[in-house]
Amino acid sequence: MSGVRVLVGTKKGAFILTADGTRKDWTVNGPYFAGWEIYHVKGSPVDPNRIYASQSSGWFGQLIQRSDDGGATWAPVDNKFVYDGVPGMHQWYDGTAHPWEFKRVWHLEPSLTDAETVYAGVEDAALFKSTDGGASWGELAGLRGHGSGPDWQPGAGGMCLHTIILDPGNEQRMYIAISAAGTFRTDDGGGSWKPINKGLVSNFMPNPTAEVGHCVHHVAMHRSRPEVLFMQKHWDVMRSDDAGESWREVSGNLPTDFGFVIDVHAHEPETLYVVPIKSDSEHFVPDGKLRVYRSRSGGNEWEPLTAGLPQQDCYVNVLRDAMAVDTLDECGVYFGTSGGQVYASANAGDKWTPIVRDLPAVLSVEVQTLA
Amino acid sequence: MIRVVLPQHLRTLAGVGAEVALEVAGPATVGRVLDAIEERYPMLRGTIRDYSTGERRAFLRFFACEEDWSHQGMDAELPAAVADGREPLLIIGAIAGG
Repeated sequence: MSGVRVLVGTKKGAFILTADGTRKDWTVNGPYFAGWEIYHVKGSPVDPNRIYASQSSGWFGQLIQRSDDGGATWAPVDNKFVYDGVPGMHQWYDGTAHPWEFKRVWHLEPSLTDAETVYAGVEDAALFKSTDGGASWGELAGLRGHGSGPDWQPGAGGMCLHTIILDPGNEQRMYIAISAAGTFRTDDGGGSWKPINKGLVSNFMPNPTAEVGHCVHHVAMHRSRPEVLFMQKHWDVMRSDDAGESWREVSGNLPTDFGFVIDVHAHEPETLYVVPIKSDSEHFVPDGKLRVYRSRSGGNEWEPLTAGLPQQDCYVNVLRDAMAVDTLDECGVYFGTSGGQVYASANAGDKWTPIVRDLPAVLSVEVQTLA
Repeated sequence: MIRVVLPQHLRTLAGVGAEVALEVAGPATVGRVLDAIEERYPMLRGTIRDYSTGERRAFLRFFACEEDWSHQGMDAELPAAVADGREPLLIIGAIAGG
């Protein structure tokens, strides 16, 4: 029977939530790596039993954990993330030059075709790749070597490479996003990169339409249309129909276009989900109401989804990697909050129920659909 | 044998108790003790010393015989009481965080 496995990273450990295809009765396992920050946990699409986890701590630095049995057991793999060559300088918050310093892994993206290959997006922003299941890591240095690095600047959460999207139809193409540099694309497997930020407007920048410097929060793609991208920027929800060559705003009737997460329905490539957040100075939902907004038209027209979600006295945030969808016939949507709730909808967002209410603050949510 | 007391999280990671005992070749310096720890417990590489700089991680301190050895450098020889196993080298995590 089909089922789902929800991989949750939190401020104090990882949790694995499982259910059969009805998604009604859940088993909660964890905490794994108790007390450590788990920025991201993600399974291989090639081998669902292969799962990678980013484990970090202000005291002890970065570890990468790997499971080969669906999360039942874990073992640390290599954690040596060393920049290629002289790391160079980027901008600090005050605009002065600051050396690149490795801090943590924000995002792990397993290959679509090889269970041994996985990419890591790190802070300070860079992209690493392992082709041996995490036993060793090497930087894809062409990204930092693009030449615009001295103009990259950290967002409040650090200068992080937080989004990695692999093109399912073209192994040579991938997209990454950095706060606050913007979105980049490679068409040669990571050797060289180009910024793809035309159409983005960021009014906090001296030049609001500059080639780099935009605080992109997250980017999503539907695998049937890899040239169509959706973006939640610091402010503004954006869309590109030409693989990022140009962007247009699709915020439409959202109550606020600030937010972190954005995702796409598994079977409807024009159905999007965002969680509007009040502002960048108040990182919680507006009006004390937790509302997921869904567009069935690829943006611009949005409807609030509230059934089963708290509609008063709620002041949580939903971070950029904390939403995911399953691929069951009726698409399931999942997200986690800074208040430790993980909500699930087994009907594309029409109705929500909490799987678990009192975890540590949720940093990331990923879903595996199991045969 | 040199005795080393590890912070709780590193004990869990390495699957050891509060204290480990290690053979250290040559003079017992902080650096050599850390080399021996990382050789025996490779999962601890990078957790005590930063990979890039080789320096002690900022939120960790080293103590021995009631003295702070955090700033003595990796080549400083530890007290004889640590070298002969009468006293442990303590690796302490900062008492902080939420």
